[in-house]
Amino acid sequence: MHPILGTIIQRLLLGLVTLFFVSLIIFSSVEFLPGDFTQAILGQAATEDTVAAFRAELGLDKPAYIRYFDWIGAVAQGDLGYSFSGRSASGVDRSRAVVDLVAPRLGNTLFLAGMAAIVSVPLALVLGITAALYRNSFYDRSVNAVTLTTISFPEFFLAYLLILFFASLWPVFPSLANVNAETELIDRIYKCILPALTLTLVIVAHMMRMTRAAIINLLASPYIEMSQLKGLSKAKVIMRHALPNAWAPIATVIAFNLAYLVVGVVVVEVVFVYPGIGQLMVDAVTTRDIPVVQACALIFATTYILLNLTADIIGIVTNPRLLHPR
Amino acid sequence: MSTKHGKKGDILLEMKDIRIDGFSDERWHKIIKGIDLTLHRGEVMGLIGESGAGKSTLGLASMGFTKPGCKITSGSVVFDGKDLVTASEDEKRSLWGTRIAYVAQSAAASFNPAHRLLNQTVEASLNQNLQSRDLAEADARDLYKQLQLPEPENIGDRYPHQVSGGQLQRMMTAMAMSPRPDLIIFDEPTTALDVTTQVEVLVAMRSIVEKFNTAALYITHDLAVVAQMADVIKVLRYGKEVEEADTRKMLKSPKEEYTKSLWSVRALEKAEAPSDDIILSINNVDAAYNGSLKVLHDVNIKIPRGRTVAVVGESGSGKSTTARVITGLLPPMVGNVEFNDGALPAELKDRTKDQLQRIQMIYQSADTAMNPRQTIAEIIGRPLEFYHGLSGLQKQERILELLKMIELDESFYDRFPSELSGGQKQRVCIARALAADPEIIICDEVTSALDQIVQEGILKLLLNLQKEYNITYLFITHDIAVVNAISDEIVVMYQGAVIEQGLKSEIMSPPHPEYTQLLLNSVPEMDPDWLTKLVKSR
Repeated sequence: MHPILGTIIQRLLLGLVTLFFVSLIIFSSVEFLPGDFTQAILGQAATEDTVAAFRAELGLDKPAYIRYFDWIGAVAQGDLGYSFSGRSASGVDRSRAVVDLVAPRLGNTLFLAGMAAIVSVPLALVLGITAALYRNSFYDRSVNAVTLTTISFPEFFLAYLLILFFASLWPVFPSLANVNAETELIDRIYKCILPALTLTLVIVAHMMRMTRAAIINLLASPYIEMSQLKGLSKAKVIMRHALPNAWAPIATVIAFNLAYLVVGVVVVEVVFVYPGIGQLMVDAVTTRDIPVVQACALIFATTYILLNLTADIIGIVTNPRLLHPR
Repeated sequence: MSTKHGKKGDILLEMKDIRIDGFSDERWHKIIKGIDLTLHRGEVMGLIGESGAGKSTLGLASMGFTKPGCKITSGSVVFDGKDLVTASEDEKRSLWGTRIAYVAQSAAASFNPAHRLLNQTVEASLNQNLQSRDLAEADARDLYKQLQLPEPENIGDRYPHQVSGGQLQRMMTAMAMSPRPDLIIFDEPTTALDVTTQVEVLVAMRSIVEKFNTAALYITHDLAVVAQMADVIKVLRYGKEVEEADTRKMLKSPKEEYTKSLWSVRALEKAEAPSDDIILSINNVDAAYNGSLKVLHDVNIKIPRGRTVAVVGESGSGKSTTARVITGLLPPMVGNVEFNDGALPAELKDRTKDQLQRIQMIYQSADTAMNPRQTIAEIIGRPLEFYHGLSGLQKQERILELLKMIELDESFYDRFPSELSGGQKQRVCIARALAADPEIIICDEVTSALDQIVQEGILKLLLNLQKEYNITYLFITHDIAVVNAISDEIVVMYQGAVIEQGLKSEIMSPPHPEYTQLLLNSVPEMDPDWLTKLVKSR
């Protein structure tokens, strides 16, 4: 077996271990959330007996460690449980499976993240590489200044600016991204343009600057000087000699930003009224809907771990020392 | 006037009154202060001088290239009728890599780690569409063969980290030679290599340059090396020419004082003094890193008090590992270290302060061995506090005393390491070791990073200190000239084992074990015919 495969399997296992610890943290932090679902539903006037009966029905009366293992055991088998909401003290159970709540929302979030990523990653790479190629030129300075400006604004502000210009003053795109399961793909893309653009403006700067820095960092290497002295043009020096050695740091920062597109977009979702997973989680926290909160947190954690794992693996396979050992 | 290659050809490269400035510390400095240079077709010129003499800058300028932060302020560089100072980037690029090629000092750093060697070898030829890829690759394999690289058919498929340093250096010569340039700039190509490897590389480079009648600028600080390679030698100092002459003439009768001083350094030699009073002995030591990779095999070394034992061998022979075992940084798997008749605890943390104080160490790179944010007084004062509990006026007096011992004046007291030259920094490191009042100092390649004249100063200082305070040295080096200069006894190491130990006179006189013979044979001599004779004698 190639040693790289071993390393990758090892990383995957490490990722699972990380996920296990994260699940512990998620569970205990939800435990520490002030307030209680039963009291929130039943109100101040409820008797102790009714509260206790409702708690027993939801399984909240069991000790924490048992509930943890019940939960994680079910999750390991693909069962995220049932949402608390829809239940009431009257005994009528209209609750839905967490999967049914989360899945469409996650789909929406991934769609928006995908749109933003398809635009921003190539854009950031091209800007970063060209900025490194023409470093300290007017072009380099302008790209840096513009991207720095966009990253400096709070994202809701950028979102409102875009709405002001492209939905209000010059109404070419809708300001609401209220999609649902029936929305056609074309319509969906059209409605998501402004939120995707907002996200692009937020994440391009970071990736572009890292690409530029990773390349410039290598330009002082003797092998770059050597490639210049072999008579290669500037563009060839950068594309053929600098870039192949710069993938590891670039992949790391791209993974970081892609993870942000999934887990950190709640503000943008709110502004554009987009039904994504961020909003779902915030709602679930307000109503103390513990199974949904835990499911969302676990999905976020998995996203982070998977993307970072991918970046790690890219770092390994683009390093010839690891790919072709002596 | 004839050269090694027969008759001199036409003028290939002519530099006139070239001046180069470099930007550092917020201002422009003059690096090259007006140098003329004429090189004929097929001629090899050696550029020698100490670091800072401007030889690398001049070498690159002959291509019309300057490092970032440097600029050619005046003068001309005419290569085959074209002035490279005024030429456009495109014009220069069309010459670089094809008609003028460059061979850098560190082959390991100058090959791109991401590409296979063959692709890098033919890259310049293909870039200018000089020939088809198939032809270029076939030619590259042929060059590998001529440069005596192993498996010439397949070695190009490897990545740079998969071949050794000496092979990489020959690979870079092949890369330079691939488009059959008229001129090759060799910039200290063998400095980073072991002597035994250096010989192979020198032979390979010289024969191929001769074969294709390529002109070359050979930049080095090593006189004995340049004597083998060059037809003409130009001596540089402080960015100016000191003198230029034919190699034989230059070696026989250098005109300038400075050149003579360069020549005399290698003559330093200590008279050996035998002794049976053993201060430290390494007994049957096996050692390994990470518990698996065994690097020392049954090492036995005895070090007599007040003497210098030089440990010689190429990189990877276990010299520095031996030092780590003595200092306790790497506990041995088997065996022990006895010091003043008592066994030392294997691990550093088990040793008493007294034991620590008596064994001190000086490193190769004085730069990284000192905290750049501490003044010289703090650096030297630290062991005084730690081992002797000195403070206040007492400490200050002792620091000044130590500065005097290492021949630096009081003005260094408050300075920072960055304000000192390489030799001065190494002196401060010596003072820091002395501050502990050690009985034995382990010197790990302490002169390797220094110029020859500075080396001589450091070696003399170490000898004087030994005479005065009866200090014992374990001197790790790969440089036979340094061994001659400082040692009483010699230990030869190879692949983690001691080949032999004995008095200098014994080790240096025949008969030698096979490896010692190879090592001694590989040390370049000032005789310009040395390499030729060596090749013939094989």
